Amino acid sequence: MTIDAPVRPQAPPATPEAPATSGRPGPFGKAIPRREDLRLAAGDGRYLDDLGHEALAAAFLRSPHAHARIIDIDITDALGVDGLVAIYTYEDLDGRVAEPLPLLIPHPALHAPRTNYPLANGVVNHVGEAVAMVVATDRYIAEDAVERIRVQWEPLPAVVGLPAAFAAEHAVHPDVPDNVAAHMVQSVGEAHAAIDAAPYTMELALHVERSASMPLEGKGVYARWDADDRSLRMYSSTQTSTSVRFAIAAKLGIPVDRVEVVTPDVGGGFGVKIMHPWPEEVLVPWAAIRLGREVKWVEDRREHFISSAHERAQEHTVRVGFDADGRILGLDVRFLHDNGAYTPYGIIVPIISSTQLLGPYKLGSYRVEFHSLYTNTVLVTPYRGAGRAHGCFVMERVMDAIADHRGLDRAVVRERNMIQPDEMPYDQGLIFQDGRPLIYDTGDFPASLHKALALVDWSGFAAVRDAARAEGRSVGIGLATYVEGTGVGPYEGAHVRVETSGDVVVATGLTTQGQGHETVFAQIAAQELGVPIERVTVTTGDTRRFKYGVGTFASRSAVMSGNAVAAAARKVRAKALRLAAAALAADESELELADGEIVVRGFSSSDGLPGPRIALATVAVLANPLRYAFDEEAQRATQFSGQMGATPAGDGPPVAEGEEPGLEATGWYSPIRSTFANGVHACVVETDPETAEIKVLRYCVVHDCGTIINPMIVEGQVHGGVAQGVGGALYERIVYDESGQLVNASFMDFLMPYASEVPRVETDHLTSPSPLNPLGVKGVGEAGIIPGHAVIASAVEDAEGFRIDRMPISPSELWELRRRHAAGEVPSLRRASSLQPGSSLREEPA
Amino acid sequence: MKPPAFVYHRPGSVAEAVETLAELGADGKVLAGGQSLVPVLNMRLAAPAALVDINRLGAELAFVETTADRVRVGALARHAQTERDEAAFAALPLLRQATRHVAHQTIRNRGTTVGSIVHADPAAELPAVLMLCDGTMELASAGGTRSVLVADFFLGPLESSLSYGELALAATFSLPPPRTGSAWVEVSRRAGDYALCGLGLTVSLDEDGRISRARAAYISVGPTPVLVDLTDAVAGQAHDAADWSAAGALAAGKVDPDEDIHATADYRRHLVGVLTSRAGRAASAHAAKAADR
Repeated sequence: MTIDAPVRPQAPPATPEAPATSGRPGPFGKAIPRREDLRLAAGDGRYLDDLGHEALAAAFLRSPHAHARIIDIDITDALGVDGLVAIYTYEDLDGRVAEPLPLLIPHPALHAPRTNYPLANGVVNHVGEAVAMVVATDRYIAEDAVERIRVQWEPLPAVVGLPAAFAAEHAVHPDVPDNVAAHMVQSVGEAHAAIDAAPYTMELALHVERSASMPLEGKGVYARWDADDRSLRMYSSTQTSTSVRFAIAAKLGIPVDRVEVVTPDVGGGFGVKIMHPWPEEVLVPWAAIRLGREVKWVEDRREHFISSAHERAQEHTVRVGFDADGRILGLDVRFLHDNGAYTPYGIIVPIISSTQLLGPYKLGSYRVEFHSLYTNTVLVTPYRGAGRAHGCFVMERVMDAIADHRGLDRAVVRERNMIQPDEMPYDQGLIFQDGRPLIYDTGDFPASLHKALALVDWSGFAAVRDAARAEGRSVGIGLATYVEGTGVGPYEGAHVRVETSGDVVVATGLTTQGQGHETVFAQIAAQELGVPIERVTVTTGDTRRFKYGVGTFASRSAVMSGNAVAAAARKVRAKALRLAAAALAADESELELADGEIVVRGFSSSDGLPGPRIALATVAVLANPLRYAFDEEAQRATQFSGQMGATPAGDGPPVAEGEEPGLEATGWYSPIRSTFANGVHACVVETDPETAEIKVLRYCVVHDCGTIINPMIVEGQVHGGVAQGVGGALYERIVYDESGQLVNASFMDFLMPYASEVPRVETDHLTSPSPLNPLGVKGVGEAGIIPGHAVIASAVEDAEGFRIDRMPISPSELWELRRRHAAGEVPSLRRASSLQPGSSLREEPA
Repeated sequence: MKPPAFVYHRPGSVAEAVETLAELGADGKVLAGGQSLVPVLNMRLAAPAALVDINRLGAELAFVETTADRVRVGALARHAQTERDEAAFAALPLLRQATRHVAHQTIRNRGTTVGSIVHADPAAELPAVLMLCDGTMELASAGGTRSVLVADFFLGPLESSLSYGELALAATFSLPPPRTGSAWVEVSRRAGDYALCGLGLTVSLDEDGRISRARAAYISVGPTPVLVDLTDAVAGQAHDAADWSAAGALAAGKVDPDEDIHATADYRRHLVGVLTSRAGRAASAHAAKAADR
């Protein structure tokens, strides 16, 4: 009987700055380099277009009109294209494929939901809407055929922009004459009365323009149908393989267990790929089945611009009442939200805007009312930040305006309105995007603020400003805070299995678009199981490995799947200890699992000899009692080895009562509600006095995402978010002309910041663990982007001395504002005179 | 975003290239660095029946020659080669000053100086440099080679006097007189983007360090680069005390920019003034340094 494994050195104790889940040594909390990076950086990633080289290629004829009736589609010319396989229009669709695409997230306030058909059914509602699908031997030929399809159109008036949509002179959908898809009001207290009674009131109009996620890899679908097995394998560059699977099974009428959806490496999502099923996700497998051939479609950049999804695009009108100290007594926000031509993703974005607008503040009363409006433009679904950036922009502009009105320091006004740590958990009295109460679980908002002020040297800025002025330069400092609801439900799960080699295999249902899940989920499993992280591999987004799950969005992966992985690993750990206790004839409470083996605690230290021990790999062998051995390891678990199962003495069933074969388990996490992260951004900008160019000189981030699994990955998320935040504030803007043509549908004219435009990010953090989940973690995926518009507006305003009320802002726009300011059309800030050299704005927060 | 089918020709000599282009006539298009042409093909904004790839003509065309009175850049010299050529830089610093603003390094590694000129984008740097240097284009066809003065070359946005069947062999930049300095300045939305407004400016000094001549060529403010003689505004003034704002005002009156999603016409005109001052000061300082040598 040789159960003892070789003696191995003990793992070093956890360093104090690396908090472990349970005080055990392990990788949890450490800045482990991302395990996926070498593969991805070296070009060894496998993206959608790396697959299916033999597949037929699909291309789409897309509407050139924003709003038009289809009179006739003539494919005669296209039929002559050599290599053409099929052309489909709406008339060819059958079964549920001919129905409108699903309304994914219904809501009582969404009284007039509309979704599109996979291929236009007689009418198109935005430029880029799919009208015909062409399948050919390759994409070049498919595009040749697309070019030869003749469509006779009857153009209809296009509704473009929020004012036109609200005025409703024309309707997008004839049966929604006012263009209002949803109208929603939420309130806490009597905001109108509170504002009317307040000592001071103010009204602001604040706009955030349309932008888009713009992942470097567009969408893509590759489907293969096994006619013998009657099963479908589908690959999609999606943020939710599990939900695509259910959607496609339902649409195509295939039993779910005959549909596999695999998400290969994904080159970015940022929200646009959580929308599903896209027309192409339905049509590509539908065509593959119909043709009995593999079919692939890879979205090109122009398609992504005109037929995926956009975001932002809100116009807010705000009334606020406040007292002499700058405390808000009532806030009334009305806004128009442009939801584009259809509402498949419901009204999640405006709901988030309307609730997360509150940030870290307790307002005396609050009323928010929004209209979500149809326009003849690409549909609007979440983009990183998902409504929060707009809400944050509005709230933080209000804070700056109040500070200016009262002649108070902007930080002071913020602190006076903040929820205090002893008020946690704090119920904002609203319903959040998950249908649950908006209750902040933990956080110390004033501490976050003070850390940010220290990081940016807020109180020392007057001297910086003076020094710059002396050189003829103009600089400004900005401040913005946010609270982010993260880890939205309903659930995620994970499966953890210890192989007979001792390797640990983790699978979870949600997908990965570059977040580093292969690293963080491995850290969690390695920590819980006491194995080296090198022994752990992680699979995401593959329904063959894990069937149930929701998806990767809303800063939820670490919270949801992280806790599910921990739960599964803890079950495996418990089982391993049970089996080991039997094998070692020891009590479970005496056992210790570390570095891949289970030892009897304290035994070796007393006499210096190694005590009884069993490798986790051996436990995995014993966990699956065998009749047939297939290798040397497996021989240990056969019936004559004397070691079978949990009862080596052989006086019980090989698989004990209540046990299952295999050293594996599935774990789940389903939260009662979201957990709330928070942070404060501060930045310093320089504005060129002559050219009005805007340069971000410093960008400081303080964030609190609860317990940190991997500080390097947290920082990376923050840096990426800041880059997109700078983009949103200074560069990115989707521009439609009056006829509904998207005029900058290329990377030449839709400007995302290059590395040269992204400032170095200085970070600091707080750790307020969430009591809502066992790991204490909160999401951080969107933290970097949320206050981007707000903090840069705050700083530009500070540099210029007049109000900035819409974002993004370009040098040309800033210069035009300066002209209007000089002409008296844009009023100065009240503090403008104090922004002159020699003055300072010293009123330190308490 | 895939191009329609085209016939691909890859001649092994200039003679063969010119012959092929003559046969193709209006159906042929020259492919050099491809940094503008390939995206245009992929977006099906142009669909030439045939491409004539001159990338194998390096032995004949990948040159940057500097002589006493000119820099001559062959059709296959990449931006990077032009930018790094030390003799060209010593003789005509403006070439490097401007080329550094052409997109990004990876694009400059592939795109060509002559290709950029032939493409005739009013937002591109090299056409303006050619203008400022009173350059000429050498155009070869089956009938022989002709030289076209830059003043006759640019006809409009993306339109030059290059005819079907012609291959641009080289661009020749004349060297400025002694005691001349130059500068290239531009404002773009992001580093490496097409300029919202940009200009090259040359200043020549007399022996007393006074400005004898000043000229600038502006991009992104008209259908072609706009050449403005600024001499009247600054002539006779000391190189370090010239009234460049007057020169800027003069230039602002000579341009007629369009508005687009990135900038208003007024802002662009404003930039003409501001950037003229900046370039004027920089070029004067540069000229003074040149005079010291």
